[in-house]
Amino acid sequence: MTGAQIAAAAQRQDTVIPRRRGREAAAGRLFTGLMYGAVGLAFLGLGAIVRDFASDGVPVLSWDFLTSFPSRIIPASSGIESAIVGTVCLMLICAVLVVPLGVMTAVYLEEYADPNRWFNRLIEVNIQNLAGVPSVVYGILGLAFIVRGPLSLGPVLLAGGITLALLVLPVVIIVAREAIRAVPPSIREGSLALGATQWQTIWRQVLPGSIAGIATGVILALSRAIGETAPLLVVGAGVSLRFNPDSLTSSFTALPIQIFSWTQDADQEFVTRAAGAICVLMIILLLMNSVAIWLRTRYEQKW
Amino acid sequence: MAEPRFAAAHGARGVRIELNRTPSARSRFESAIKVALMAAAALSVITTVLIVGSLLFETIEFFGEVPVGDFLFGTEWTPQFSQAQQSFGVLPLVWGTIYLSLIALVVAIPLGLLSAVYLSEYAPSRVRKVVKPVLELLAGVPTIVFGYFALTFFSPEVLNGVFGIGVGVFNGLGAGLIMGLLVLPTIASVGEDAMSAVPASLREGAFGLGASKLQVSLRIVFPAALSGIVAALILGASRAVGETVLVLVAGGQTPNLGLDPTESFQTMAAYIAAQARGDIPAGSIEYLTIFAVGFTLFVMTLALNFVSIRLVRKYRQVYE
Repeated sequence: MTGAQIAAAAQRQDTVIPRRRGREAAAGRLFTGLMYGAVGLAFLGLGAIVRDFASDGVPVLSWDFLTSFPSRIIPASSGIESAIVGTVCLMLICAVLVVPLGVMTAVYLEEYADPNRWFNRLIEVNIQNLAGVPSVVYGILGLAFIVRGPLSLGPVLLAGGITLALLVLPVVIIVAREAIRAVPPSIREGSLALGATQWQTIWRQVLPGSIAGIATGVILALSRAIGETAPLLVVGAGVSLRFNPDSLTSSFTALPIQIFSWTQDADQEFVTRAAGAICVLMIILLLMNSVAIWLRTRYEQKW
Repeated sequence: MAEPRFAAAHGARGVRIELNRTPSARSRFESAIKVALMAAAALSVITTVLIVGSLLFETIEFFGEVPVGDFLFGTEWTPQFSQAQQSFGVLPLVWGTIYLSLIALVVAIPLGLLSAVYLSEYAPSRVRKVVKPVLELLAGVPTIVFGYFALTFFSPEVLNGVFGIGVGVFNGLGAGLIMGLLVLPTIASVGEDAMSAVPASLREGAFGLGASKLQVSLRIVFPAALSGIVAALILGASRAVGETVLVLVAGGQTPNLGLDPTESFQTMAAYIAAQARGDIPAGSIEYLTIFAVGFTLFVMTLALNFVSIRLVRKYRQVYE
């Protein structure tokens, strides 16, 4: 067939087979519209949430707001110093507990555990299930075992920190495992072939190679812990405390708790204070997430 | 690491060469490390045992005072009343939990799945790079912030103001709809993972047969990813069922067996948080209710998670 013949045949076909029936094209357009609508609504929701707390809360923000203690009577002089200090302390306790435990578990599951043994399978299924337990149930665990019961610490900073650490531990494990898995086997084999022991291989090759991913996961887990209200309510965090925690066994409050208690107030001025505290919480969250993204892009290993 | 155990080897002249088999300091160190790592991993199992234990002990004690039948099938939840009028029927709390989760899912399922199809099948990579982080951002907003939004803006300004529905300050409709927004990113992201895992050859085959983009998305990719999509929906439902602070702030604290979404509702999780906040003496019946309700909630979410984990594993096995 010459080129002209092909062109003619194609043209004939075009007249015989309709390109795309109108109804189908319309369905395609409708579906595309629906998808844009769905994504648009999600964006709109996020935008409305941010606009709502920012418009109420930004006028509240001031140095005094950050450095005063909350008042139960006068909204105007009410601040969030004890809540900020409490939240920072909780995050430190949480990080100290969760980093070694999470990384150790991840290393065990990825580098040592034989996935066919029942014990290891149990750990694996168990971590997946723990990740889905509602946060308020961790609060009950904290209440029954740490605040009262065997440990009987009372409603103190350490109890809150341990509860939050247990809550985010599965998240850290899951992310750390992914980071460790991303280190290619050839690195391990090379190290072992040069005579390194398994632990030397892990300590000098695998962990340095996955540290960026692990750090990112830890920050994301902490940014989940920082916004948790329910478990802290249940373990008995204080409300509107006029002092900072000074030890692990001191009473404490936290930003989400202070926000919660202000939203419950009948006085509208206190409710705007809640918006101010939300602004601070969201700024901290945004900073943590930026650091996580920066870490991921700056230190990510390309194998 | 196991030491190489060469029992014996014969040299060229038949001399037995015995390899040193006493464990060196290094190999003892290696096995100590393994034990330490294993202990850390076992902690997660201990956590589960402690959760179940803490719930179970006090729940058994609770059932020593309240018959199981009264708890499971009773329609009045009034533990705060004085003793003669106290009633411990958990149904209003279970209904509040299910009803609000249903409202949330009515919003989150269509929006979440449409977003998932868009991200997996339609979105150009440049758009994806914007949309995905925004959804992740939405997923990272603390739930207390959603609660504040529902209480101070969505219920009074949107439901009452724009739509004129006439909801109370605390109402199930506002809390449920905003909970839908909270669950949406979960469904979108897990659903997208499931659809992205469908191999390209299936799509190409369908395109080769003349199918349109819409047909490929809905009749090839969607059914192929179905078990993963169902897992996403169940995971979303489980998040909604366990959500606490949003309901506590915006949904109110009234146990309610009714159908009118403009009224105040209480869920199991919200009851636990509200009750534990008050200074109730340990061992009192009010204290024990926390654990009985907590146990019910735990069993419900555990069942949901278990099904979802099973389904996710299934679709992974098919295509990888």
